[in-house]
Amino acid sequence: MNAPLTGALTRRGLLAGAGGLLVSFSLLPHAFAQSAAPAQPHLPGSLETSRSLDAWIRIDPNGHITIFTGKAELGQGVRTALLQVAAEELDVPPGELEIITADTARTPNEGYTAGSQSAQYSGTALRHAAAQVRQLLIGEAARRLELDPGVLKTEGKAVRAPDGRSLGYGELVSDQFLRVEAKPVSILKKPDSYRYIGHSLPRVDIPGKVTGGEVYVHDMRLEGMLHARVVRPAIPRARLLSVDSSSVEAMPGVVAVIRDGDFLAVVAQGEFQAVTAMHALAGLARWERRYALPDQAALPAYLQKNESTVGTVSASGDPDKAAGKVFEATYTRPYQLHGSIGPSCGVAVLKDGQLTVWSHTQGVYPDRAAIAEMLGMPPNKVRVIHREGAGCYGHNGADDAAADAALIASKLPGRPIRLLWMRDQEHAGEPFGAPMLMKIRATLGDDGRIAGWNYDLWSNDHNTRPGGARSLLAAQAKENPFPPPVPKLAITPNGNGDRNANPLYDLPNKRVLWHYVEDMPLRISALRGLGAYANVVAIESSIDELALMANADPVEFRLRHLSDPRARDVVELAAKRFGWSNEKLPPHRGRGFAFAKYKNLAAYLAIAAEVEIERETGRVRLVRAVSAIDTGEAINPDGIINQTEGGILQATSWTLYEAVTFDENEVTSTDWSSYPILRFSSVPDKVEVHVINRPGLPFLGTAEAAQGPTGAALANAVRHATGRRIYDLPLSRQRVKQAIGI
Amino acid sequence: MTIELTINGKSHKVEADAATPLLYVLRNDLALNGAKFGCGLGQCGACTVLVDGKATLSCITPISLAEGRQVTTVEGLGTAEAPGPVQAAFIELQAAQCGYCIPGMMMSAQGLLQSNPAPTETEIRNALQTNLCRCGTHMRILAAIRRASELMQASLGPVANKRAG
Ligand code: FES
Ligand code: FES
Repeated sequence: MNAPLTGALTRRGLLAGAGGLLVSFSLLPHAFAQSAAPAQPHLPGSLETSRSLDAWIRIDPNGHITIFTGKAELGQGVRTALLQVAAEELDVPPGELEIITADTARTPNEGYTAGSQSAQYSGTALRHAAAQVRQLLIGEAARRLELDPGVLKTEGKAVRAPDGRSLGYGELVSDQFLRVEAKPVSILKKPDSYRYIGHSLPRVDIPGKVTGGEVYVHDMRLEGMLHARVVRPAIPRARLLSVDSSSVEAMPGVVAVIRDGDFLAVVAQGEFQAVTAMHALAGLARWERRYALPDQAALPAYLQKNESTVGTVSASGDPDKAAGKVFEATYTRPYQLHGSIGPSCGVAVLKDGQLTVWSHTQGVYPDRAAIAEMLGMPPNKVRVIHREGAGCYGHNGADDAAADAALIASKLPGRPIRLLWMRDQEHAGEPFGAPMLMKIRATLGDDGRIAGWNYDLWSNDHNTRPGGARSLLAAQAKENPFPPPVPKLAITPNGNGDRNANPLYDLPNKRVLWHYVEDMPLRISALRGLGAYANVVAIESSIDELALMANADPVEFRLRHLSDPRARDVVELAAKRFGWSNEKLPPHRGRGFAFAKYKNLAAYLAIAAEVEIERETGRVRLVRAVSAIDTGEAINPDGIINQTEGGILQATSWTLYEAVTFDENEVTSTDWSSYPILRFSSVPDKVEVHVINRPGLPFLGTAEAAQGPTGAALANAVRHATGRRIYDLPLSRQRVKQAIGI
Repeated sequence: MTIELTINGKSHKVEADAATPLLYVLRNDLALNGAKFGCGLGQCGACTVLVDGKATLSCITPISLAEGRQVTTVEGLGTAEAPGPVQAAFIELQAAQCGYCIPGMMMSAQGLLQSNPAPTETEIRNALQTNLCRCGTHMRILAAIRRASELMQASLGPVANKRAG
């Protein structure tokens, strides 16, 4: 399926160019906004901030080509996708390119690898850089061969002339050849001549991962490396009253016990020695809480009571004047975990005043700034290099573990330190996904359309990434501590707690408000989708209830309110492939549908789900799910399918099982039995992902699109199967039993 | 104390406390990356290896218990250049996202397929019940194991195939 070309024309001006597609980014709307400052033209993607071509692509005299990205592989397959993009425009097979990812000493600063934006920013930058490099090579070859550039072709890392002469890419470059600023406009390949973009190339990282390759930061073994463990109770920001560590210092293999304020760690020769010493040290340390945690059962009331300010996310017309039948509901979401399968890990060494840190952070540059600030070092004396960790799904403990390792390494100069969190430390110490409260009041007009829409959400900021040292647990604990950040309300296009709070549906009269909660008893930070997950669950649950009130089919009711043609396409495709109908299902089965356009500016995703309820136990099982996704131009369709399947299964786990538990002192969900997640016995029979490719349209990003719609489709399917709506996440056995009166 | 271990068919002498979990010895003393630390509690399966052909959680298995037995890690199944059937199937079906759980999954699968070359869907799911994946790669993991079963039977020849029929 292809997009109508008009979509492309309105999105970014397309001009037919010689031998390719000439894409003029100077026609982007925000370029106009910047026209007041004429100094620099707007450049595509992350070229805007790293403007020199050689920041992205290096060609050695021997023809070896290296591409650089500030983005990191998080298991989402970004290495492969970026290789494909660069390979396409350089006319070189991806296997012949080397790729260097996030490293403060080598790659551009692209901030965080987050928000499903790698393809959009890094992919776009690399694509244009590669296309411009190829044009420069052709131009140089034309000059040397005294031929018209138009007759030259590129193949096999060489520029070839019709008369058989050729010049290798390596021969054509000289010292400063690529040290030129990128141009706003590139001659890009036409979709019909793609060799790599749009093809499902196998991921380059998988063979190493299935054969025991050295892949993860956890696998690093530096010469003379020591193993470290922190001692950190499940009490947030606990104060360390006392610890007598002399007996631990005498334990076999122990090199040092490190105490700095409330920061406590042990370093040993062997890893198991470090673990054993950590347990002993934990038994000797006395901690005190700084404050009591709120009552978990009353968390929604707590959020409402602690509202500090209100932001208007969207407003139009007058929702209060709308006439018709009124629907009201209140939804909640608990704290939830990133729950990486591998606990956070960092490796650090301080040598000759230079600190090097290896981390699975999502942002090497911000992490470097935060660590430098914590240690009072100039940032140029700190280098942060990305190494993969287990999947993170947002801001988990990665930066904290890096800081822990850095703080320990700063006290043992010359010794490489490998610091790994234990499972309970990960479960209790990572920054959680934020709890939310959502209230809706909607009016259904006599014409069967939604006449009024009031939506109020209560939530913290969902992002406490290292803007500085104060985001790091180690910096908060050490002597002369950095106080934790207190983020302020900001309404932005990407959204945060309010992400996707504004429905894409045509709602002439609406008011969407974010009741902002500053107080943060348990630390939270970005979890896949931020507020989008719970907002979409609340919105799409309500849309289903309104459809019921209107006596309408839920899919048809959605289409009634959707005028965006790409939105309609995914809804219709998912419904069709699922075999959506009103036919009766066997007892205890239900079907549900949901849709969202991620952030209202990225991928479109619709999903239909069928569930089965075990009445006696209240257990819900997703039987099958069928989704359709439009993520713009698809670089690697199988990569999109893989990530979307993953999003569907992860969101199924969030929705059916997951809630962080705590009492007034500490977090009590500290392992996989107190925080259960999806197991194979509950995995669906079938999950389908259909990709609508839009060649020539901008990359939209994939990773987070499925979270909200999946949760909502499940909630709607449970409603269909039981006749009862459950308003609180997760849709646990207990809640299902309550709903059906068992 | 010195303990003699047979890992992937090779014998190694290791100097360690008898209580040391096998996982730490594999990863640190023998520099094998395949088995992963996930929980250290026997709850997630990331550390799964085969001990005498049986899927075993190496994070809670002291090395003293592994002495004199055959230990197999994912490195023992093949290499990136010459992958074994389970590895080949996981590559073919692109059954990984972050990949951290995958070696554990493959070892559980290998253990199952060695004793039951043509398992049913339920038998596969049961064999993986301890293995957690947070990326949601489950559908592909299941498909890869079905594929590995086919590949193994093809290489085993008609006898094993009869069982499948
Ligand atoms: S690491 Fe052994 S079961 Fe989790
Ligand atoms: S692939 Fe990441 S945990 Fe399974």
